[in-house]
Amino acid sequence: MIPELGNFALVLASVLAMGGASLGLYAPREPVLQNGVMSMVFGQWAFSFLAFVALVYAFVVDDFSVSYVANHSNSLLPWYYKVSAVWGGHEGSFLLWILIMGTWMLAFCLRSDQYPERFTTRALGVLSLLNLGFICFALFTSNPFLRLIPLSPADGADLNPLLQDFGLIVHPPLLYAGYVGLAIPFAMAVAALLEGRVDATWARWSRTWTNMAWALLTCGIALGSWWAYYELGWGGWWFWDPVENASFMPWLAATALVHSLSVTENRGTFKSWTLLLAITAFSFSLLGAFIVRSGVLTSVHSFAVDPERGMYILIFLALVVGGSLSLYAVRAGQNTAKVGYEILSREFFMLVNNIIMVVALAVVLWGTLAPIGYEALTGGRISIGTPFFNAFFVPLGLLLLGALALVPVLNWKRTRVQIFTSVYQALGVSGLLGGLVWFALDPATLLVAGAIALSAWVVLTHARHLWFRLRKGSVPAAYIGMTLAHVGFAMGTTGIAVTATQSVESDVRMSPQGSITLAGQQVTFVGVTDVLGPNYAAQQGIFIVNDGDRRYELRPEKRQYFAGGNTMTEAGISAGFLADTYISLGEPLDGEAWAVRAHYKPLVRWVWLGALLMAFGGILAVFDKRYARQRRRQLVRQGEVTVS
Amino acid sequence: MSRASLFVPLGVFIVILTLGYVGFDLGARSELPSALLNKPFPEFNARLLGEQDQSITRDDLLGQPTLVNVWATWCPTCLSEHEQLMQIAATTDVQIVGVNYKDRPDKALQWLAQFGNPYRWVLDDRDGLLGIEMGVYGAPETFLLDAQGQVVYKRVGDINPRIWRSELAPRLLELGVSIAPGESQP
Repeated sequence: MIPELGNFALVLASVLAMGGASLGLYAPREPVLQNGVMSMVFGQWAFSFLAFVALVYAFVVDDFSVSYVANHSNSLLPWYYKVSAVWGGHEGSFLLWILIMGTWMLAFCLRSDQYPERFTTRALGVLSLLNLGFICFALFTSNPFLRLIPLSPADGADLNPLLQDFGLIVHPPLLYAGYVGLAIPFAMAVAALLEGRVDATWARWSRTWTNMAWALLTCGIALGSWWAYYELGWGGWWFWDPVENASFMPWLAATALVHSLSVTENRGTFKSWTLLLAITAFSFSLLGAFIVRSGVLTSVHSFAVDPERGMYILIFLALVVGGSLSLYAVRAGQNTAKVGYEILSREFFMLVNNIIMVVALAVVLWGTLAPIGYEALTGGRISIGTPFFNAFFVPLGLLLLGALALVPVLNWKRTRVQIFTSVYQALGVSGLLGGLVWFALDPATLLVAGAIALSAWVVLTHARHLWFRLRKGSVPAAYIGMTLAHVGFAMGTTGIAVTATQSVESDVRMSPQGSITLAGQQVTFVGVTDVLGPNYAAQQGIFIVNDGDRRYELRPEKRQYFAGGNTMTEAGISAGFLADTYISLGEPLDGEAWAVRAHYKPLVRWVWLGALLMAFGGILAVFDKRYARQRRRQLVRQGEVTVS
Repeated sequence: MSRASLFVPLGVFIVILTLGYVGFDLGARSELPSALLNKPFPEFNARLLGEQDQSITRDDLLGQPTLVNVWATWCPTCLSEHEQLMQIAATTDVQIVGVNYKDRPDKALQWLAQFGNPYRWVLDDRDGLLGIEMGVYGAPETFLLDAQGQVVYKRVGDINPRIWRSELAPRLLELGVSIAPGESQP
């Protein structure tokens, strides 16, 4: 009964989305009708929430007559995995997507008193239209509430053991919050195009939403990478897999948008470009959804392939992106503004950022879609791997670091060359550091030393100018946020450069009491014991690692899950700020011996810490006073608040 | 900026969309016509993975229906179809033979230890010569042979639950393979 109610709630949400879309895009002037649009948006959220709760309920009470539950859960699962199993497959994860979409729309409603009424109504109309597309997709091609009657199984097929993990509980919600969050700047861009009004105020409104979505997307991607690192047992953290690329492309576009919006807000220029980026960023979210859910490209992450779903998303993509880009082509020309600036100016460096991001985006897009084009032309299949991406991303990353180091001293419009003294001093210090690293490195790699030197340069110039401004007085939160994000980028790049080139990996055969030396640490294999988890039995290896002044145990596991008969590796990791020691069990060999994979990964944590720092910087910028004050100012201007 | 340049993004998008449509279309017709279809599986003599002194030939496959699955550790799609192969191995009595295609044996053995081994034998085809004989496009590919060694079906791409239900299970039943109840139904 409850699943049927969930289904009904989803149908009601689709009806409200249809109403919200038609009324919102009609953009009535009457406050009654404008409030009607808001109510319908609230209703979409409420009914999506009810539908989601109904599905969670079906999972928690083990209702295996629901096909989706039977395929993704099992009575032996601990309760928290039963809840997270809701988004462990295609149908349920899409319901989560819809719920998150509703939540963003609700948040937009709640903050809409700072925007003009018709603008809000139009943006909500665009959002409702998108939501209508999402809900219909769920109802017609991916309904999670379908029953298996009368052939209901006694127990479920179990959640894929790869997904039974804390990382997976939080990774999809965060990632989707980022993906879907980009719908808000998109809707604001479309509403602005419809109104023919794109100005600095519009950019200021859009910035908070863009920053928030960007920060969540950053967290989501970092979490996914962390999860792949400890759960797949390969010791890697990024595979250039089509699905990873699908999340990376909107991130690159959103990063460009964050910067371009800043120029539009402060200088009133880059308007058409900003609009285009806002449309692009969300389009890549949709393209990512198409790639992941249509089966056009297969990967470890792919959901079950279904041509009907792929076709639906493709048509939806064509309508949404084609429609908004046509609107852009017709309307964006009205917004040209001539504002001059010199090369040593913030505008120019924002442009550099944008160009690098767009080139990176094109590289990833090419690397993801080229196999399809190749297959279409020749009928053969190729796979584009890490070397292709590295060939572009290493120089692009270094170039970006170099440009980033100058950012703190740059002014809008033009910058006097004299200011650069501090930058040269910092360059000297970091160059020295890079030289030392190069000297100490084994094997010596100029590119790694270069990356470290440039990162250090970025950190030094940013830290120095933050200190300088802090001493002079209060510093806006947005400035601190920018500093943190840039330092986070430098930190992440250093982590990537060092861990990619300096890791020690040894795949060896080990007998009990045998030991090996791994990057100066002694690793001793004690033996293997049997342990029993809630829904699996495992062989647990016991290793003692001695690095001279510290002794600790690592216990990697090889798990046999009862329901699916799957075997999974759970790596034993000693996480450190400077380096990780990573051991995973391979296969049992003759006697008591095992194949063992032991890795020493310096600075691998910096990759994710850097990303978190970037995300934190983005969120900090959202809470800048500038955005909080504007509401009052706005109302004063409209005469609704009297200044006391 | 000239007015015409505003249409550039739309043009780029249309190109990408066409590519997506074409790729999608390709994915839909994954049962490629194989030169081997309804012909005998080629003769071969291949070493077993990890046991270099043992080898098997085409004759070892005869006498019962066989699924020949081409896989490699460098192929993510193979990982995504692996669970389905494990399921087939557990619930049917069809013989599954793996061809480890252009791969490193140590990695392949580790993979099998980590994710489970659904295969009766795994042939070591690290140089891809057997693959050429079989007309392999890429990994994964799956051939279904009857008891006389005739290729009756070929799938390019992964075996997923949908392919299993709609294409593979019915053909296995036709060949007299027994399937645990409930496994061949949707």
